[in-house]
Amino acid sequence: MSDTPVDADEVRHVAELARVDLDEDEVEEFATQFADILEYFDALDEVPEVDREDELVNVMRPDEVREGLTQDEALSNAEETEDGYFKGPRVS
Amino acid sequence: MSLNAFITKETVESDEDGPLSEKTIAVKDNISTKGLRTTCGSAMLEDYVPPYDATVVELLKDAGATIVGKANMDEFGMGTTTETSAFGPTKNPVDESRVPGGSSGGSAAAVAAGEADLALGSDTGGSIRCPAAFCGVVGIKPTYGLVSRYGLVAYANSLEQIGPIAPTVEDAAGLLDVIAGPDERDGTTHDEGADSDYASAADGDVDGLTIGVPTELVDGADEGVEEAFWAALDELEAQGAEYREVSMPSVEKAVAAYYVIAMSEASSNLARFDGVRYGKSGGYEGNWNDAFARAREEGFGPEVKRRILLGTYALSAGYHDKYYAKAQDARAWVKQDFDAAFEDVDVLASPTMPVPPFKLGESLDDPLQMYLADANTVPVNLANLPAISVPAGETDGLPVGLQLIGKKFDEETIIRAASAVEN
Repeated sequence: MSDTPVDADEVRHVAELARVDLDEDEVEEFATQFADILEYFDALDEVPEVDREDELVNVMRPDEVREGLTQDEALSNAEETEDGYFKGPRVS
Repeated sequence: MSLNAFITKETVESDEDGPLSEKTIAVKDNISTKGLRTTCGSAMLEDYVPPYDATVVELLKDAGATIVGKANMDEFGMGTTTETSAFGPTKNPVDESRVPGGSSGGSAAAVAAGEADLALGSDTGGSIRCPAAFCGVVGIKPTYGLVSRYGLVAYANSLEQIGPIAPTVEDAAGLLDVIAGPDERDGTTHDEGADSDYASAADGDVDGLTIGVPTELVDGADEGVEEAFWAALDELEAQGAEYREVSMPSVEKAVAAYYVIAMSEASSNLARFDGVRYGKSGGYEGNWNDAFARAREEGFGPEVKRRILLGTYALSAGYHDKYYAKAQDARAWVKQDFDAAFEDVDVLASPTMPVPPFKLGESLDDPLQMYLADANTVPVNLANLPAISVPAGETDGLPVGLQLIGKKFDEETIIRAASAVEN
C-alpha cells in the first residue's frame, strides 16, 4: 500500500489549489483512483541517483518591438470585455 | 456511418504551389488555425477561434496543401483512445467497434479512411504512434526541437512534438520535410531539418543495419502482437539487417515518470483557461477563485481534471521530492540507457503498442490500465528521440505497428528502416 493516504478531504484540498470544483461523486471516484495511481508512482522510489546531463543553454534574441496581435484580435475570444480590456468576475 | 474523425469540417485552400499541392490534410484540433475553430477536444474551447496560424500551418499553406478540417482528439491530448473528446469518440475505420487510439485518433482515422491524404498530429507520450499503429498507417514522432511548437496549445511542453501521419513512410517523410526546421518563435527548435530530404531516405535499403530489441519492451506484449513483431524483424533480417537483444532496465520506470512529468506540466499549462481571456466563463460572479473553479468544473472533462489534480498534487509542498524530482531522475536514467544502447546499434525496435486496439468504452473506467498501455512509446518522449510507427502485419484482422527508435536527429535511419518494412 502507498504510504500517502488519499482521502476525500485531500482530493478536495488539491482541487481547491488547482481551482477546479468537483461534485461529491467525483471526489469519491478520484480518491479511489488516486490511491491506485499514486501507489503505482511509488515505483519511482527505486530509481537510482543519476547524474543529469548539463547541456542546457539560454536562447536569447534582442528585445525588439515587432508586429503582434491587434487589441481587437487579442480580445476576440473573451466572453466579456469593456473599453478594450478583459473583464473578470465582479469583486463583491 | 461517420467515423467522427473531424470536430470541424471546413476546407481551407492554399494559393501557393508547392510539394503539397493536390494534397488534402487533416490538422489535429490542438494546432492553431487562423479563423478556424480550434477546440482541443474540449468544451472549454468550444467557441475558440485563434487569431493566428501555428508555424506548421503556415508551412502547410506555403507548400500548397488544402486543409480539410480539424481532427478529433482526446481532450487536450490526454488519452490513449480518443474517447475523452468532448465531441464524442472517433471510430477505428478498420473495425468500427474499436477505438482508433489516441490522442491523435481523428488524424489517424481520417488518413486510414481516405478522408484526408495526410494529417498532422502531436505526440506527448505516443499520441501519433499509438493511433498510427491502431489504424494501420504510418506516424512519425520527430526529435524534440525538429518541428516548431509555436501555435500548438500546450499540454506538456518538454515532451510534445508535432509530427506527420500518412499512408506510407515516404508520404510521412515528405510531410516532415515541409514542417521541419528552425523557428525564431520557438526557442527550442534547432537548425537540423532546415534543408531536409527525409522523403528520399525511404529507399528500403537496410543492408548492414544493426537493430537492437529492448527485451523489456517485448515481454508481456499480447501474443499476436509479438508474433507479428518478430515476423517483421525476420523480414528485415532477410533484407540484410541484423538484430540483437539489448537490455534497458530504466524503461520499467518510464510510465510512472512520464505521467508525473506530463501531469505536472499540464497542471501549470491549463491554469490559463479561466474563462476570462478565453474559455467558458459561466458568467459567475463573486470571489475570483470560486468563479474560476466553477468555470473549470464545467469546461473540463474527467480525464483533464484527473491530470490537473494529480499534477498539482505531485508539485505540492511535501510531495515534490517524492514524485516530481524522482521522475526527473528517472528521465535522466532513461536517456542514459538509450545512449548506451545506441553505442552498439543503429536503431531500436519494439511493438508500438503491446495490445491490439481496444473495444470502444473498454478502458474508460480504469485510468491506470490505460496509462500502462503507453509503456513502449513514452520512453522515447522522455529521451526526446525520434521514432516511427509502421504497419507490420495483423493479429485477428487488427493492425499491429512496429516502432523504430533512432538517435537524436537521425530521422533518416528510422525512415529508411521503416520503408524496408513496407517492402
